Amino acid sequence: MTHDHQILGPEEDELITGKQTYETITESIARPSLDWGAHGKQWFGILAVSFLFVNVLMIAVGWLLYQGIGVWGNNIPTGWGMDIINFVWWIGIGHAGTLISAILLLMRQKWRTSINRFAEAMTIFAVMCAGLYPLLHTGRPWVAYWLFPYPNWLSMWPQFRSPLVWDVFAVSTYFTVSLLYWGIGLVPDIATLRDRTKSKIGRVVYGMVAMGWRNSAKHWKRFDTAYLILAGLSTPLVLSVHSIVSFDFAVGIIPGWHTTIFPPYFVAGAVYAGFAMVMFLAIPVRKWYNLKDVITMTHIDWMCKILLATGLIVFFSYAAEIFMAFYSGDTFEIANTNNRFFGPYSFYYWSLIFCNGLAPQVLWWNKARRNIPTVFAVTITVSIGMWLERFIIIPVSLTRDFVPTSWRMYVPTFWDVTMYVGTLGFFFFMMFLFIRFLPMISIFEVRELLDTLRQNAKAKKEAVGASEGGH
Amino acid sequence: MDAVAEKTYYGLVAEYESAEDLVRAANAVYDEGFRDIDAFAPFPVHGLPEALGFEDSRLPWMIFVGGCTGGLGGFALQWWVSAGAYAHNVGGRPLFSWPAFIPITFECTVLFSALTAVFGMFALNKLPMPHHPVFETPNFNRASQDAFFLAVESRDPLYDPEAVRTLLEKTSAVNISLVGQEEEADW
Repeated sequence: MTHDHQILGPEEDELITGKQTYETITESIARPSLDWGAHGKQWFGILAVSFLFVNVLMIAVGWLLYQGIGVWGNNIPTGWGMDIINFVWWIGIGHAGTLISAILLLMRQKWRTSINRFAEAMTIFAVMCAGLYPLLHTGRPWVAYWLFPYPNWLSMWPQFRSPLVWDVFAVSTYFTVSLLYWGIGLVPDIATLRDRTKSKIGRVVYGMVAMGWRNSAKHWKRFDTAYLILAGLSTPLVLSVHSIVSFDFAVGIIPGWHTTIFPPYFVAGAVYAGFAMVMFLAIPVRKWYNLKDVITMTHIDWMCKILLATGLIVFFSYAAEIFMAFYSGDTFEIANTNNRFFGPYSFYYWSLIFCNGLAPQVLWWNKARRNIPTVFAVTITVSIGMWLERFIIIPVSLTRDFVPTSWRMYVPTFWDVTMYVGTLGFFFFMMFLFIRFLPMISIFEVRELLDTLRQNAKAKKEAVGASEGGH
Repeated sequence: MDAVAEKTYYGLVAEYESAEDLVRAANAVYDEGFRDIDAFAPFPVHGLPEALGFEDSRLPWMIFVGGCTGGLGGFALQWWVSAGAYAHNVGGRPLFSWPAFIPITFECTVLFSALTAVFGMFALNKLPMPHHPVFETPNFNRASQDAFFLAVESRDPLYDPEAVRTLLEKTSAVNISLVGQEEEADW
């Protein structure tokens, strides 16, 4: 027994637990996509409630289109309110998906396999929610295509020197590439569903989507090449997207925005928020769908470590911001920092410090990282904290700009809030539809992982045997 | 001519229980000189394409060309718009302010590379292809789950049904079948 433990090593024996074969892996992951029986009351409950909020979203958007964006709390000088907060919040959540699927793939982190599909789906739905905000904030979303460069009778072209136009390119590219990445990963798994389903409609639909994928080794080879190159492309892409989002602020001259630390600070914050959301979703899902052998405690533990690391970067950035404000000697930067500490929104600033800075420090302890309720509570705290961070950066900086006569408080309205909870509803609605109809874990990659773990175990066994024989 | 008429079926397909067996068999068949061979496995098996003698480096080059097209195209568009078609003198600042064009140039590079990667991969794999004779192999629906297959295609110049069957029997195949007899050889 002690030998077996040595052979596998602490790292590898916990990525897939239980006695598993290709068939048991395939069965446990594919079942929720093929069988209503795999879905308990929770699925119907969440789908029903989130569908309600999808309707709330539609009402909020409908009213907004009818009345104009005056229904929001935005004012002058606070031209960017909850619409931009939520845009940044959602797109940040999406970033964990790309980080897990692309960056961890390039770093050959085998443990990503159990969570990448799920996180990629999260990316896509989060970016959909994010995109809605600037689109509606334009005020006339029906002419949003004016943002793209195309020859037109007005002879007008976009201003390519503006970070807002960079944003259009960054976010639309990010959405397209995420969709492609998710899509090609799904093709072999949909072929598995095609071959497993017992329903005729399922066979036809999955059959069409699988495009005749026949698992040929030659196809796999090209597939692997494309997959790896996409990962290589997505890695700088994800860093560029949130850097460009931060340029929306950093290129402006508003105190609290105009700093060079923004790009790395925003990227770390995005990953931080994203991992919190991945765990927030993965924790209940692995329980409800009996996936604890595939998304193991090791996964939760390691995701917590990433959460802790990115959280520390974010916390360090808060400190650096304060330091730079005073060190610069700039009156407006100092005033802005004092406004955060003691101004009318100071409660939210100190809540932010608690949620993002202090509470996650509990993850230093092994026991906390392996205690599900604690981890779950931290993920909620971080999600709230990251929302507060954008609240502090975006509207609070705007409420007090250079001339006190133009100062004005910002208070979100009923329609700001309904739109936000509406997008939350839309996000969970899409996630649970995804869980119902598509494999939420990459089946072929887990099979590959199982094969690799086995061969490693075998090689180590032989190596141990050989060294023992030699002595 | 008769020989061609006889060969209007896909070939012989052997089934294996593990990836290692499949790679070993692929090596054996390749060593006998067969080149029109293919293997099917439920995940990318390490060393299998090499065992089949499969080599294709076109995709990375296609992606490179796609990326260059996107990057140069994006940059050229911004240059032309900002310094030509829609030039505006704002306080005497340069019209061709290239550092400001870098973010979009980068995004266009990534976008075009990614599109080329995905559509290029499917095009080289000749997908979508709704039907292929190998799907008629018994138990082939397990190829996407837990079974491994090796096919020796009848179009191979060395192909001889008896000899191939004997060769495959010497490997650890659990099942050997003649596949696609009624099909046109148009894969």
